[in-house]
Amino acid sequence: MGRKAKFTDGTKVKKGPGRKARKQADPVFRKELLETDEGPKKMSHRQKQRAARRAKKKTELIEKKKALKQAKKGVLSAQKPETKDDTEKISESEDDSPKAFTDDNKEWLKPRKKLSKQVKNKSSSDGESDDEDMSGSDDGQKNKKTSSENYKVGTLDDLFDDSDKETDDELSAEDKDTSATPGTKMDYDSDSSQDEDNDKNDDDDLLPIEKANIILKKKQKLQSKLADEEMQLNIAKQDVFAFPTEEEMQNPTSLQDVHQRIKDVVAVLTDFSRLKEEGRSRCEYTDLLLKDLCIYYSYNEFFMEVLMQIFPVQELIEFLEASEVQRPVTLRTNSLKTRRRDLAQALINRGVNLDPVGKWSKVGLVVYSSTVPIGATPEYLAGHYIIQGASSFLPVMALAPQENERVLDMCAAPGGKASHIAAIMKNTGSLFANDANKERTKAIVGNFHRLGVVNSVICNYDGRQFPDVIKGFDRVLLDAPCTGTGVIAKDPSVKTTKDQKDIQRCFNLQRQLLLAAIDCCNAKSSTGGYIVYSTCSILPEENEWVVNYALKRRNVKLVPTGLDFGTEGFIKYRHHRFHPSLKLSRRFYPHAHNMDGFFVAKLKKFSNVIPEPMKDEDDELEENTETPKENGHVDIELESKGDVKQIATKISPEIKNDNHTKKRPALSQESAPSNKKKKPNQLINIKSGAKSTETKMENAETSTSGKNKKKRNKKKSKQRLQESQSDVKTVSGDLSSSNKISKDVNSLTEEKVSLSKVESKNSNALAKSELDKGKVITKRNKKKKNKNQHNDKQENQARTDIKKIKDNVAMDVSKKIKKKQKKKNKKQIGKLHNNKEKAKLQRKKHAA
Amino acid sequence: MKVLSEERTRLLFEKLTKYIGVNVKLLIDRPDGTYCFREKKDRVYYLSERLLHLAQTVKPDNLISAGTCFGKFTKTNKFRLHITALTYLAPYAPHKIWVKPSAEQQFLYGHHVNKSGLGRITENTPKHQGVVIYSMGDLPLGFGVAAKSTAECRHADPLATVAFHQADIGEYIRSEETLT
Repeated sequence: MGRKAKFTDGTKVKKGPGRKARKQADPVFRKELLETDEGPKKMSHRQKQRAARRAKKKTELIEKKKALKQAKKGVLSAQKPETKDDTEKISESEDDSPKAFTDDNKEWLKPRKKLSKQVKNKSSSDGESDDEDMSGSDDGQKNKKTSSENYKVGTLDDLFDDSDKETDDELSAEDKDTSATPGTKMDYDSDSSQDEDNDKNDDDDLLPIEKANIILKKKQKLQSKLADEEMQLNIAKQDVFAFPTEEEMQNPTSLQDVHQRIKDVVAVLTDFSRLKEEGRSRCEYTDLLLKDLCIYYSYNEFFMEVLMQIFPVQELIEFLEASEVQRPVTLRTNSLKTRRRDLAQALINRGVNLDPVGKWSKVGLVVYSSTVPIGATPEYLAGHYIIQGASSFLPVMALAPQENERVLDMCAAPGGKASHIAAIMKNTGSLFANDANKERTKAIVGNFHRLGVVNSVICNYDGRQFPDVIKGFDRVLLDAPCTGTGVIAKDPSVKTTKDQKDIQRCFNLQRQLLLAAIDCCNAKSSTGGYIVYSTCSILPEENEWVVNYALKRRNVKLVPTGLDFGTEGFIKYRHHRFHPSLKLSRRFYPHAHNMDGFFVAKLKKFSNVIPEPMKDEDDELEENTETPKENGHVDIELESKGDVKQIATKISPEIKNDNHTKKRPALSQESAPSNKKKKPNQLINIKSGAKSTETKMENAETSTSGKNKKKRNKKKSKQRLQESQSDVKTVSGDLSSSNKISKDVNSLTEEKVSLSKVESKNSNALAKSELDKGKVITKRNKKKKNKNQHNDKQENQARTDIKKIKDNVAMDVSKKIKKKQKKKNKKQIGKLHNNKEKAKLQRKKHAA
Repeated sequence: MKVLSEERTRLLFEKLTKYIGVNVKLLIDRPDGTYCFREKKDRVYYLSERLLHLAQTVKPDNLISAGTCFGKFTKTNKFRLHITALTYLAPYAPHKIWVKPSAEQQFLYGHHVNKSGLGRITENTPKHQGVVIYSMGDLPLGFGVAAKSTAECRHADPLATVAFHQADIGEYIRSEETLT
């Protein structure tokens, strides 16, 4: 190969422009652009011919019409102005053609001719100028507009024509409804004719612009009048929301329609008395709304119904809308490692757009947008912040832990709130973070180590058993597991999956957890003694009701949460009436506070004594409704793996239990404190003692029980005194066994005296002594059942001693009373939650 | 929660001395109470005596963690520090390495530190000295072992490894399950 020798010696001639030297082609302009320079386009011959023909046709048509109207004119004098207007209109549309004005209409057109001509001239000149400006500038267009406006203003009658025409159209549409309209129409017409006359007179005095002004004003007046009328008409007829038929209900057309229907129904419901359809009840509307909301927001009907009970209609829609949108991402600065300002600076440098969350928190930041994954920045890994919903700050702020305290977070995973507590305590004191799920405790470990929390013990217990492990905490935070109805945006599956059973399961667990949390807390703490209960649910069943339950069962009271926003907790909800102090709890809603739905209540424990469930008259009703559910639920939980059949079989004993529990309030008033423990024991006692007489006893019971009840009611006050005494005893029993023995002996002797003194008293006192006896005999069983109650070993020992003494006393007790006791025992069985014991007792019954 | 055996205590302190030198003493003698090392399931926890007493009320089966986990003894009876110990290593470490922002992310994914990513290094760092690795913003990122002494680093190839990776805070995400 090799290169060619250059023989020509540089004289090589180039062929063509070369590969890269392509020349740009000459510009090509559109024809129109080129022709504009030449001036107006000339018409071709044929075009001219066609135009001429068109014009001719037009004039012929007009003349025909005019002739027709002229003929009519004589007959219908009233319609005269109208027809005139019509012709006017046509002439107008015809533009400048003078042919429109013929001798025929000269007479009545005369006064107007001058004016219209003027205007026409004007308009035509405008038109010309427009043509000149046609190049497309805005000014030109504006001119055009103004000119057309002028034109309108200029032709007096046209205005009325237009308005008349409009009104005519409208009125004709409305004619069917209102018979008065024709009259009004006539009025307008006469008005306009009068106006014409006036104009004639004033023509000389006024400038054209003034005339125009007058006309304009008149026009406006007329329009406003019309508008008012229309408004009235609208209001009268407005929005008679037609209830959909059955077919419509069954075949929903589109989501848009459903949405519209929701809006309509809400409007009707807000002003029901006025907007309702005749013969429709409010119920029907709410049912329709319920169905529509279920369709539109895809909830199940049960949950939507519950929501409708919580919120008024308007608020419900807001809530549902807010639940569709995610809440903004928020961070909590870890004050153990950094300050908020430094963190914000560092994150801004990484391209994160953020802001402080609000005045209420000094550690919160809201993230609007971020160019980096917010959960994987080096700052995150170094533990400078944690991603946490704004609502999760609230329970910890309410708890307000102090330094060097012992604090428990009962349901801690994944450790967000617990680490917040540690940060507030500045790593002093001690923090117990507990969670029932072992897998999730790993998340606590990770977060705590990352955030540099060193004062923590992480453990894995069922929260309900925690009081057995360790007590005496200064503060306890219980963020109970819940249905998650406040965080629908986070987990939309809540919409469809929750039903009554789920809610029941939740609130039963929550009640037990809350009682356990209260038991863990130490009322005598110098700085604390507080329990904070929170859930991410908005259902009163899981919130107020649970707290209300705890208020009855433990020596706690509600205190202000220290959160300056949020709505007050419910006191009334459907048929429930909660303790008035529940106003101090706080609720947070997604639509109102732009954070997840949340509930926070702060309790202060004022005594470590666990009171026996005291029943007031008010409680009885609620208890009746409450307890069966509870029992039923516990059973179901225990039998979580059980088949439906098993559950079904269980239900029947439960129902029996319900009957017992209904009678329970009256009984519990009479019986001494810790009667829960005693009852089964008593039963055993009696049965062993007097098996042979049992059948008789049962017969006797039925007759005597009524009387006894009456007596008992009379002596309630006395009994209460006794109860309080015995309360004291139990407490002192913890302290010293010897004291206990002596006191018990005293009480027993007292009882003896009372027995001898009054017959009526006998039953009570004896019952009491019996109870005490029962107590003594079956300590072991007690222990199993009521771990909550502080039965120390010492107390037990003491009681065994007393037992002997009491046995002697018991010998005196009559058979009658035994019978009563037995009946009591039967009733009390219903109270027992332990299945085994129930079974035992039932077996014994059968044997008897 | 049991007391470490003599042998294991020795191993633990030897390891710690590699990273924080004589400052190990500061971990034991603290002004805010006595602190101690305890062992549970081969993991070593560092916690105050006060907390220890409370933690002992919890059954061993139910106790997940108490205080700070420092690391674990392997089956071959060697002590391995976990990233969770960084809280106590970082403030006391005498020898440090700072990495450039460009190399930060690489280190957090578990890579060694190259000469090209080396921002600063403490003077007189000997070879095979335990070092804590910082970002240029003084954020502790993890710890490792110096592959080269400070003097050698100056003349090293840009791709030569300066520090071997041992643990980094990326593990909080990568291996949350096996943190302790």
